[in-house]
Amino acid sequence: MSHDLTRLTASALAEKLRTREVSSLEAVDAHLDRIAAVDPDVHAFLHVAADQARATARAIDARRASGDLSADETGAARGGSASELAGVPIAIKDVLCTIDMPSTAGSKILEGWVPPYDATVVAKLRRAGLIPLGKTNMDEFAMGSSTEHSAYGPTHNPWDLDRIPGGSGGGSAAAVAAFEAPLALGSDTGGSIRQPAAVTGSVGVKPTYGGVSRYGAIALASSLDQVGPVSRTVLDAALLHDVIGGHDARDSTSLRDEWPSFAAAAREGAATRSLKGLKVGIVKELQGDGFQKGVTQRFEEAVALLTAAGAEVIEVSTPSFEYAISAYYLILPAEASSNLAKFDSVRFGLRVNPPGGGTVEDVMSATREAGFGPEVKRRIILGTYALSAGYYDAYYGSAQKVRTLIQRDFARVFADVDVLVSPSAPTTAFKLGEKLDDPLAMYLNDLTTIPANLAGVPGISLPVGLAPEDGLPVGIQFMAPAREDARLYKLGATLEALLEEKRGHPLLSEAPDLAPQEMFASEEGAV
Amino acid sequence: MSTETPPSESARPATSANSRPAKADGDGAPGEITSAQVEHLAGLARIKLTPEEITKLTGELVAIVDNVAKVTEVATPDVPATSHPIPLQNVFRDDVVGVTLTQEQALSGAPEHDGSRFRVSAILGEEQ
Repeated sequence: MSHDLTRLTASALAEKLRTREVSSLEAVDAHLDRIAAVDPDVHAFLHVAADQARATARAIDARRASGDLSADETGAARGGSASELAGVPIAIKDVLCTIDMPSTAGSKILEGWVPPYDATVVAKLRRAGLIPLGKTNMDEFAMGSSTEHSAYGPTHNPWDLDRIPGGSGGGSAAAVAAFEAPLALGSDTGGSIRQPAAVTGSVGVKPTYGGVSRYGAIALASSLDQVGPVSRTVLDAALLHDVIGGHDARDSTSLRDEWPSFAAAAREGAATRSLKGLKVGIVKELQGDGFQKGVTQRFEEAVALLTAAGAEVIEVSTPSFEYAISAYYLILPAEASSNLAKFDSVRFGLRVNPPGGGTVEDVMSATREAGFGPEVKRRIILGTYALSAGYYDAYYGSAQKVRTLIQRDFARVFADVDVLVSPSAPTTAFKLGEKLDDPLAMYLNDLTTIPANLAGVPGISLPVGLAPEDGLPVGIQFMAPAREDARLYKLGATLEALLEEKRGHPLLSEAPDLAPQEMFASEEGAV
Repeated sequence: MSTETPPSESARPATSANSRPAKADGDGAPGEITSAQVEHLAGLARIKLTPEEITKLTGELVAIVDNVAKVTEVATPDVPATSHPIPLQNVFRDDVVGVTLTQEQALSGAPEHDGSRFRVSAILGEEQ
């Protein structure tokens, strides 16, 4: 029974909570049991807040029983959709500040730090009645594509524990894919939501830049960072996006737009299943050499489904995308070197006093030497170099010009097509350790996802099948013009429905059950 | 139709790959990253590095910069720079007192404090 609750989608679980077929406490307990059973192997979580989650669940159950749940929760989001997820558990990437849980961003420099405030998205979750289960693992300060740069050890891919779960949000994606949580929050600076979703068979969305508040998200690169949903279905991601989206006066990059209901868009897409009139552009530069054979195969099969459903699919060219990774690995380190200056051993986090003492500058240098891992040091030094006198124009300045060219390419092709499509990642999940000693090879994992961040446009990754050669999940990515996130949810839900119709079940039901057999032997024996 | 060449393309000069720019002030080999330079950058970034880390980082930075220098191939003078994907202007809030952290909250994560202020070691060295 409790095992079954973890298999439900967030929207299905929410329905059972609403009809009071199950209580929120039962749902939370089922997920905590699952975490206890599988997380020693998966290591998706850095912190599990079991007692707090149970207490919150009891409070939600009591309020539901007394009938005062809806008023408060419906006020928390547009269209009354927020209350739909009341009582549903959720995992939170450790880059987001939580007032009652440590927030480390995967770094030793913030070990044990408990922030004095909640990130806006976390506050919105709580207001909508979602129940935080804990904080998920990530590459240190979100720098990486594999979670191997976490100071607390890597997360393992639920499909094959010897493989990476993607990064930087590998913990959130693995938690969802391993049925440890139906929903999770992530952050996407160059693909940290979409690439982990692709390699774990889950769904991940990077919203339009400014569509979701970053207040309380520990900043990596402020002109690229965006918080977004991680889930097992497109509808679940849309429901979560409805809760966390919207303007926030505390984030000066937050858009003042009125957003449509993304859940309504997803429901419409799943119901109509027709793509007549939709123009889809396959990005020429995001395929071919360097893409795994099985990735290309599953991608092409999914595109054929789009055509069969009535979409007009053409190939488009965006020549500047070839320069996107280079521009990204100048802009990101430059911004990160500035953002991470705040970890100075004065206001929060680690302080290391050098032997024999020293000035505050000596203490800072010793603290940052001890507290930062190799990838963080590498990127801070690279960013400092890119911004230093004499190199600024050539590197950072040129990268910003490439950003203009990429935006122009997007604008040009979006004049012809409604959405762009590509594989979400060039390969399936690689082996842990395989690329750890080769930073450049690691950086290439973000080839497909980076352009959307540089241009601020939204992107979604959803699973399309398993690569025949290794049996690992493959993701497809759609990108839409800025502010057109709803288009992605509608199209994503249509493709998801068509794929499930063809396959007969959700892809994640094919993932290995990680729980030790004896855990459920007694239940099954009793049947 | 959608694969047509953008107008600016023809204006771009042909440049060789991996053309790392020369440092503007002209000291040393063009753009060559040395271990002394990495040590200097680490000082600016306030990260103490071991000699082994400096050696390793120097090699890695040379490889990474060789690669990312590709941006100079297309960054011609006619292309304006973009710093923000969706620029907003004049983002102000009303000039009213809001709910902010208390002194106690602000100090709650400090490695050392005296109850009202962050405590740090000497700002100046002996010779200063």
